[in-house]
Parts: sequence; structure tokens; C-alpha cells
Amino acid sequence: MEAVLLQVLNGLDKGGAYALIALGLTLVFGTLGVVNFAHGALFMLGAFVAVSVQKILTISSKVRDESVTFFEAYKETPYLEIWWGDTGRAIIDYSVPISLLIAIPIMLLIGLLMERGLIKYFYKREHADQILVTFGLAIVIQEIIKANFGANPIPQAAPEIVAGSADIGSLFGFEGIVYPWWRMMYLLFSLSIIGGVFAFLHFTTFGMVVRAGMHDRETVGLLGINIQRRFTIVFGIAAVVAGLAGVMYTPILPPDYHMGMDFLVLSFVVVVVGGMGSLGGAVAAGFLLGILQSFSSMTEVKAVIPGIDQIIIYLIAVVILLFRPRGLLGKD
Amino acid sequence: MKSIVLSTKKRDYTTLLVFAVIVFTAPLWGKIIGAGYPDLLQKFAIFGLFAIGYNILFGLTGYLSFGHAAFLGVGSYVTVWSFKLLTMNAIPAVLLAIVFSGVFALLIGFLSLRRSGIYFSILTLAFAQMSYNLAYSVLTPITNGETGLRVLTSDPRVVDTALGYTIEGSPLATLFGTTLTGYPGFYFCAVVLVLGFWLSLKIFRSPFGMKLVAIKTNQTRMEYTGFNHRPYLLCAFVISGMYAGLAGGLLAVVDPLAGAERMQWTASGEVVLMTILGGVGTLFGPIIGAATIKYFENIFSGIGDTALAEIFSFLPDAVSNLLITIISPFVGSGWHLTLGILFMLIIIFLPGGMSQGFQKIADKIKQKNKKSSTSEVKLEKDGIA
Repeated sequence: MEAVLLQVLNGLDKGGAYALIALGLTLVFGTLGVVNFAHGALFMLGAFVAVSVQKILTISSKVRDESVTFFEAYKETPYLEIWWGDTGRAIIDYSVPISLLIAIPIMLLIGLLMERGLIKYFYKREHADQILVTFGLAIVIQEIIKANFGANPIPQAAPEIVAGSADIGSLFGFEGIVYPWWRMMYLLFSLSIIGGVFAFLHFTTFGMVVRAGMHDRETVGLLGINIQRRFTIVFGIAAVVAGLAGVMYTPILPPDYHMGMDFLVLSFVVVVVGGMGSLGGAVAAGFLLGILQSFSSMTEVKAVIPGIDQIIIYLIAVVILLFRPRGLLGKD
Repeated sequence: MKSIVLSTKKRDYTTLLVFAVIVFTAPLWGKIIGAGYPDLLQKFAIFGLFAIGYNILFGLTGYLSFGHAAFLGVGSYVTVWSFKLLTMNAIPAVLLAIVFSGVFALLIGFLSLRRSGIYFSILTLAFAQMSYNLAYSVLTPITNGETGLRVLTSDPRVVDTALGYTIEGSPLATLFGTTLTGYPGFYFCAVVLVLGFWLSLKIFRSPFGMKLVAIKTNQTRMEYTGFNHRPYLLCAFVISGMYAGLAGGLLAVVDPLAGAERMQWTASGEVVLMTILGGVGTLFGPIIGAATIKYFENIFSGIGDTALAEIFSFLPDAVSNLLITIISPFVGSGWHLTLGILFMLIIIFLPGGMSQGFQKIADKIKQKNKKSSTSEVKLEKDGIA
């Protein structure tokens, strides 16, 4: 029982990341009808916003180390610490949450630029063309990041207060369920973002118009609503969601330039499993696949079917596509 | 589609002949553009073959597969195993590679072709990723995991031992006694490339090829006329898979080792890039695309800052420094950036690839000539009137 619970928990945070990326992909596909292979790159860009913020916060100067007396020693001290002491140190400690705030406008801007600058011209082209051009864009973004930040993963630290693990099992009377705080934060964060997006779509006029547009774009346009502008904004929102997912993921997985591609392939599979264009399906499939992946990496399971942890997601995608081509929750 | 209708047997043979001459003289003209060494020319031929095969699927039927690297990988592994177990002769190795990748493609194609459009792409991607992940992990006894599969001197090689051949030094692929490295290796690949090109030409001109194009143009209409498209699609898929396996086999022939990274989905993406860059659905396009990408990969990735400084040394220092700072992110290790940008530009402005570009230029010139000639005719008519 404990082992099962632990695997469910382990799968949930990864599933959260899948769900967030897949949600954005589905939003873009549902509104603009565009298959965006550069969506993983947006996730990666978000992660690198966090890296940049941390770099800027820790710009350092060399200060003489007073504790060493018998020779002249210097240590790097961030300016923030020199100026503000403990407050500065706290700011640096909270670099990831700060990055979240900074990432919102940056990702929104990147998303809008991308939509107006490139995606706009591909509404009417075939899906294959859309896939290929965004694939090219993803390569370009990836290479720019690689040129500026290098090829090695850059570890990011979560704030110290949530750096440890929680023995959450003891709350419910189980033993040995230890779960890192940050992963729990990630789960809550992804749930709240997903909730936010759904609330936005269902309880605001803007969201209502967007949903109407997803159903029948032409009619909404005939009613005198500029549906195009709203869809562009939706693309921006999808970019922000992917970016925030990336920022929050940095303490779990040190970001490197190809993390976007790695997540993209899996997220596409998630979207397809959930059903292209179905938001609920994308979210459900994201969590489901995350959990299944974590189960299949249990030693007991691997002993029965060797290598299952490597292929489980793809295997499920193949089965779903062959027997239920519209996905779990997709409509015809 | 004009080309299919208008072609004649004679024209086809001329095309083939011209192609063969271009390929076999590659070491000569390669020198002029700085590609005159066998390693690179081999790559031209092998990836050209890969792209030709991919084009038979994607170019003719419009089905975008993102998993062809899996067949390339299977071809490589089978070839290396043939070197290990049977003989260092390249012919059986390559034939086995074609057979095995064909069977593999039949399996994957049978399942994947039940869906079309983006679903087909995702299915092939999923299969390729599964193969890649398995090759890295569980199948290590067959694939030798991360280290990659190598040919060892101590391998059994049943046929070679029976015939009394022995190997001195590191084992290399042979063709009845000739070692296939350097130029012999290139010419082996070149012959295979010309054969592959000939087959692709035949397919383009055949009723089978016409049916594939018809499926691409309007699948629904084909279905309504009572035409069962699935066997044709599957056939195209298997043929292109065999081409990929052959290319993988040749990769292992010229350099006897195989690694799982050949199966990764970015490798599948590369062949898509080649085909698109050169021109989807054209005869020569894929080969041009493959050669262009491999050429620039080789040239661009070899240029460092010092090489750039040498190139611009004739300019004043300030100008050359400025040029170097502008260009250096695009060359050397950053050549993928150039590739990505080039690829985007092609898709945005020239969806037909470089072939379409050449065609457009040719048409413009023709139109200009025509315009001047028609206007003359008009003048004459006016004069008569």
C-alpha cells in the first residue's frame, strides 16, 4: 500500500508538468488549429528565465574574506548580499518564485511575438507544414539558448524553507512516505494553474467567446467579434502556462537546452492520448501517464516486464490511437 | 505531376545516365567545393539514399513519418551483426539489413497506417522512440547499449572461417577482397545510390507511383471510386523503410559500428529536413537536400573563429572583427542554428524546397524570353492588320 501511494505521488508532479504543457498545446490546437512543435521550447525558455534571474540576482563582486587571517583570501559575494545583508540573501534564496513573476510578462511577450510573427501565416497551411516550421523554430530557439548558456544542465535551488522532504505519510498513518516539499508545491501549482485556466475559460466573458470560437469560429466572427485577437491572446496564455511550468520545474530537473524537446514528444503523446482539442482530456491524460510512468519504473514491475518503464507512455499512445483514435475524452 | 505524364523512356535513361555521371565523378567536382574526400562523399551518398526512400513515402503519399530513423538503426545493427556472425563481406550484410528493416517496417507500417495526418506522425514517432529507448536499455545484449555495437577480431564469422579467410588488424567491411574504406567505400555507396535512384525513378513513373500521388491528392475520392488504398500505402511505407535500412547498413559498412543514437527522433527529423530542403516529391530534391545539409554540416561546423579571421584577413581589422562577431554564432558548433533558420525560411517561402526555387528561376527566365517573343508576334500581327 505504501509503495503504491508513493508511486502515485511520484507520478503526480511529472504528470503535472505533462498536463501543463499538454494543456497549452491543446489550447493552441483548439483555437488556432495549429500543431505547435515549438511548445516544448516555450517550456524550456521558461526554465531559462529562472536561470537568468538567478544569474542576475547573484552578480557578485570579490570581497576580502575576513575569516581567513594568515593570507589574503577573497570570496565571491553577491551585490545584493553586500547591500542588504540578510534581506539580499533571502531574495536570492527565493529566486525561483521571483522568476515566476518575471516570467509572466516575458513569456506573454514571446508568445504574442511568435503568434504574430510566424504562426499567423500558417493557419491555412497543412498540419505537416505547421509541424515542420515550428520544429525549425524549436531548433533555432534551442540553439540560441545553447549558445548563451552552454550545453550543460544548470541546477537551480528551491527556496530553503521548502528544500527538504515532508514525511507526509505519518499524517495519514502510513509509514515511510517521504515526499519532497517542492514536488508537492509543483503539484499544487499545476493544479491551481489548470484550475485558473479552466475558470478563465468558463467564468469570464472572454473565455466564453473563446470557447464559442473553438466551436464555430465563423459564426462568432459573423457576430462582429474579433475572434482572431482573442485567439492570439490565448496563444500568449498558452505560452505563459508552458513558461511557468518550466520555471517551477527547474529545482526538480536542472534545465538544459534540450529539455524542451524531451518534454515536447511526451506532451504530444499526452495530447493525443487525451484527445486532440479536448482540454480535460489533456489534463487527465497528463496525470494518468505521469502516474503510469512512475508505476512502471517500480522494480517489481520491471522484473515482470523488462524495459516497460522506457516505453510505457508510447505503448499506451499506440494502443489508444489504434483502438480509440479520438483519444480518451476526445469528441468526434 | 506534369513530369510523370510527359516523361519518356528515353528521357528517363538520359536522366539516369546524367545522374550516374554526376555521382561517379563526385571526387572530381567535390574537390572544387572542398568536399573531395571519401568520408564526406560517402555521407552524401548514404543520406541521399535515405532521403530518396523517405521521399517515396512522404513525397508521393504525403504521410509525414517521424520515425524513419528506427529503420536506419535496425539496418545498422543487422549489418554489424552480419559482420560479427557471418562474414565481413558487405553484400550479404546489406541484403540482410534491407530484409530486416523491411520486416520491421511492415510491422510498424501495418499499425501506423491505420491512422492518417498528425495521428500517423505521432504513431510513427511513438514506435521509433520505443525502439530507441529499448535499444538503450533492455536490448543491450543485442545493441550493446550506450557503448554501441562494434565488430571485434574475436567474433566467430562462420562463413569467413569456413572459407579460410582471416582478419589482420581491426576488422573492416570488404567486397570480395577489397577493403571498403576510403574511395572504394564511396564507390560501393555510389553504385548503391545509383541503383536506388533508378528504382525510385521507376516507382515515380509506374502506375503504382501514380496511385500514391492520387492518394496524396484526394484520398476520399480514391476511396469513393472503390479503391483500397491501404496496400499501396503499406507498400510505399515498407519500400521507404527498406531504403532507410539500406542507408543504415551502408553507414555500418563504411564504419563498422552501430549506436542507438541513430534511432533518436531528431535523426528522423533530419531526414525530413533533407527531403523538404531539397524538394518534396521531386526526383532529385531529396539528394540535393541531403548533400546540402551534410556539406554545410561539415564545412560550417569546421569553421571556428580563427578560420573566420583568416577568411576576412584581407579586410580592415575593425570590419573583420565586426563580421566575425556577427557570423561566429552561426558557424562552428552553432551550425544547427543556421540549419534551423534556413529550414524555416524554406518552409515559409519555398514549401517546394530548393527544386521549386530552381524551377521558379527557370520559369522566370523562360517567361521573359516568351514575353519578348510574343510581343514581337503581336507587333507583326498588328502590322498585318
